[in-house]
Amino acid sequence: MSSERIAIDVRQLSVRFGRAEAVRGASFAVPAGGSFGLVGESGSGKSTILRSIMGLARDWDGTITVDGTSLDRHRRHRSFFRTVQMVFQDPFGSLHPRHSVDRVLSEPLKRYRFADIDARIERILSDVGLDHRFRFRFPHQLSGGQRQRIAIARALILEPSLLLLDEPTSALDVSVQAEILNLLNDVRQKRQLTFLMVSHNLAVIAHMCSDVAVMINGEIVELLSTEQLRRGAASHPYTLRLLTSATNLGNQVIAPQSLDR
Amino acid sequence: MDRLLEIEDLRIRFPARGGMVEAVRGLSFSLGRERLGLVGESGSGKSLTGRAILRLVRPPAQLSARHIRFRGDNLLAMSERRMRSIRGHRISMVMQDPKFSLNPVMRVGDQIAEAYRLHRRTTNAQAYDKTLEMLEAVQIRDPERVYRMYPHEVSGGMGQRIMIAMMLIPGPDILIADEPTSALDVLVQTQVLKIMDSLVRERGMGLLFISHDLPLLSAFCDRILVLYSGRIVEVCDASRLHQATHPYTQGLLRSIPRLDRPTAELPTLARSADWVHQESVSGVL
Repeated sequence: MSSERIAIDVRQLSVRFGRAEAVRGASFAVPAGGSFGLVGESGSGKSTILRSIMGLARDWDGTITVDGTSLDRHRRHRSFFRTVQMVFQDPFGSLHPRHSVDRVLSEPLKRYRFADIDARIERILSDVGLDHRFRFRFPHQLSGGQRQRIAIARALILEPSLLLLDEPTSALDVSVQAEILNLLNDVRQKRQLTFLMVSHNLAVIAHMCSDVAVMINGEIVELLSTEQLRRGAASHPYTLRLLTSATNLGNQVIAPQSLDR
Repeated sequence: MDRLLEIEDLRIRFPARGGMVEAVRGLSFSLGRERLGLVGESGSGKSLTGRAILRLVRPPAQLSARHIRFRGDNLLAMSERRMRSIRGHRISMVMQDPKFSLNPVMRVGDQIAEAYRLHRRTTNAQAYDKTLEMLEAVQIRDPERVYRMYPHEVSGGMGQRIMIAMMLIPGPDILIADEPTSALDVLVQTQVLKIMDSLVRERGMGLLFISHDLPLLSAFCDRILVLYSGRIVEVCDASRLHQATHPYTQGLLRSIPRLDRPTAELPTLARSADWVHQESVSGVL
């Protein structure tokens, strides 16, 4: 473990909104190329952690270290966004309704003075499984799954090494969710990305991540590996309740043998 | 079975560029004193179907059906005035998010009491007592205190229990629940569903449970209708969902990640063009 490069290291992070403390003393680290999940209820502070890393929540204490550089509370250096990008939950809200796909994808490239903009856009579209016809469409001409593909393309176009994923599939149908999760795993492997993912869905987190932090009321109450999670080897009562509710629902529907092809 | 609701050949069309688009294309099903699940992806027509039963499909959308019978009476032939005495009173509906369904400037207790008094001649005191009783029925611990609260003071789970109390207080025969728990956290979800489930059973009501969540429906329903592009592609017993035969239903089930069965890659759904053209399966029991 010790020789691994750490992509993101969060120590004793506390985030406040006015008097309310949304996150209290959260600590975790994700090795480069790893994938780490945060689960918890709404209001447990999991998205807030992502937002403070991105600089969207400013009133925080503790340290956040990305690729060896400690982050400032107020400012993010230009180069930060070439290392870290985020995909939001709602593809209907996160894309500008009057910007075409081409504009969404070319703006970051222009800002960072890339030369071969055309080729990069074509390449990224094919990487997220869309053909070039989508390039001049507007968000309202796309389905939810296609929008999320564009949001992923937008996040990937600056070739970041760390991707923050905030419930990337919870607004999508399960069949589309499967496609997007496969796509994410695919690009992670090809580009050797590090993922930090937030979800309320244990099965989704288990599918995507190798380690998980469980949050309640702004605190991380348990850190465990996905393998422990799958075995039910959790120690905190809340995690155990989550596990029972997830497996009960799953088992009621699908008798394992019937779906093996 | 005692048929509360019978729907035959329900169609809903929208005007679009280049003619009408049919979103619901000839659905037939019946609802008895049972828990019937209506599952489908976004755009499959499931919510429209729920709203059509209450005749809440507004122009320019066009609604037609051979009949929508509620205990023998054709709802489509009723006057708007008679329809109003059905809505809320005999057939009521719980929607996805309590934040948008409750009146933000009225105490929640008064809203529930209003639902009771609207359909019944009663005194204020009676309505108040009945409301407290109902709040207790949805397992709210301190009904007097909650009665006086405003919607912004209650949590999502409590808000949805308040909605259920409000919908059940007039004693309807049918409850239509459209994604009643999708906005709630996993653990709260189960709790709210259990409450709804036991109330519906105790009162011998018919429940039409609309959702995109197959595992959830199979846990809380008796029968499931699977909708694809405005038609029913499969009807099955909830307990036998794993024996589903239609490739669409099977594909949906496979694409759900599962804790107990890790896979490197999730099987995705390969849609066949034929599914759209298949005849709608009858859900009449």
